[in-house]
Amino acid sequence: MSILEVEHICKSFNQTEVLKDISFSLEQGQAVSIIGSSGSGKTTLLRCLNFLETPDRGIIRVNNKTLFDADDAATKLESAIRKKRLHFGLVFQSFHLFPQYTALENVMLAKELLAKEQPDYKVRKKEIQEEIRSLAGTLLSQMGLDNRKDNYPHQLSGGQCQRVAIARALALNPDILCFDEPTSALDPELTGEVLRVIQELADSNTTMIIVTHEMSFAKDVANHVIFMDDGSIIEQGEPVQIFENPSEERTKRFLSGYSQG
Amino acid sequence: MEQILEQMPVVVSSLNIGFIQTLKLFFVTLVGAFPLGLVIAFGSMSRFRPLSCLTKLLVWIIRGTPLMIQLLIIYYFPGLVLHNPIWGGGEAGRFLAASVSFILNYACYFSEIYRGGIQGVPIGQEEAGLVLGMTRSQIFFKITLLQMIKRIVPPMSNEIITLVKDTSLARIIALQEIIWAGQAFMKGSHGISGAIWPLFFTAVYYLIFNGVLTVLLGQLEKKLDYFR
Repeated sequence: MSILEVEHICKSFNQTEVLKDISFSLEQGQAVSIIGSSGSGKTTLLRCLNFLETPDRGIIRVNNKTLFDADDAATKLESAIRKKRLHFGLVFQSFHLFPQYTALENVMLAKELLAKEQPDYKVRKKEIQEEIRSLAGTLLSQMGLDNRKDNYPHQLSGGQCQRVAIARALALNPDILCFDEPTSALDPELTGEVLRVIQELADSNTTMIIVTHEMSFAKDVANHVIFMDDGSIIEQGEPVQIFENPSEERTKRFLSGYSQG
Repeated sequence: MEQILEQMPVVVSSLNIGFIQTLKLFFVTLVGAFPLGLVIAFGSMSRFRPLSCLTKLLVWIIRGTPLMIQLLIIYYFPGLVLHNPIWGGGEAGRFLAASVSFILNYACYFSEIYRGGIQGVPIGQEEAGLVLGMTRSQIFFKITLLQMIKRIVPPMSNEIITLVKDTSLARIIALQEIIWAGQAFMKGSHGISGAIWPLFFTAVYYLIFNGVLTVLLGQLEKKLDYFR
């Protein structure tokens, strides 16, 4: 059974069609990488999945539950969208850590706010906060940031910030974790540490969608590769097939640009 | 000089009373204008066009006319034109009218500073909050607000120091603040008349008080230096 099914997503900004009939599905524990040149709609697709944009047409289903259906107004209610977002996590290109909070507090904040909605929060307040603190600590250790927990974002390197952002997304335990060009804002010598962390997540079967320009990484980390161009999925399949034996002319052209570069 | 020293105790005690009125107007204006300014800022940023147009019109009128005229209109208009003197008589009534004028005027100035502060917070902060399942009000209070405050402390400090001096405008409706008290010694007050030095001496009060404010606001700015 697919954990995620995306069917016929279309999205336009003013007169520009950014996504044209996008359909794909994702299995539990699978990592899919999305490649394609800038402006091909990759980021918009992730933003649609996270309900930062509303698709004009199409359906988004998670675990067989319809989260969004452009033809069903009931699935578009602002109040319900907040909870639906929790199925997805999103790691941004430029981190967007909260500057006034430490690394640890960044990871804890959203979880704490959600915990306040639990009926037993008042009674178990101390206990719940301790749980969240220890979970956040564990996640940061997992990211190799044991000694950085009490640092503020401006005291961290880009790579460290991005790893905090990954921990922050993981803290809510999303069904599907999305990465939007997670290393594009980093100095080249810092990309390795972030890619390594994502690779570890893939190895432990975290369900992920990774938009990236790092081609060798896209190939190594994913079980499935999607190539997008001009708002459409041109080709998708196993990494070996896409990278070594692409069937579409446009895929070949795109990849050859990278191997020369 | 000898005469001044002789007059000093009487003058200082009279100026102190005036300065208390000045301080009262200053603090009442801040307490009222801080929240009202935020409300006006949200109004002018509203996506509901009639509301944003109306608040922008209000801000235009208030910022486009002298505070002194606003004081006069707000104090005299109800009584003289509408024959309904809502402010009541005496010092209390004048203080009330002055407070309303100052709060409205400063709220409009603050609203523009707030708006700049809020819009200066990168949109990514809000989006990060949204994808983490936060509500809009959680995002405002837990994420945006402090970043906004950090941004607005320097321009706010400017306005706050201007407000200290602007309170003197309230003497146009005969509010007995410190300049009023100082000037009284020219015409004659407490057995002293024809003395101009008390009026000049009021400047010392402003200077000292603004010195204290500058230090406090500087400390606040430093306190918010822990993040960027």
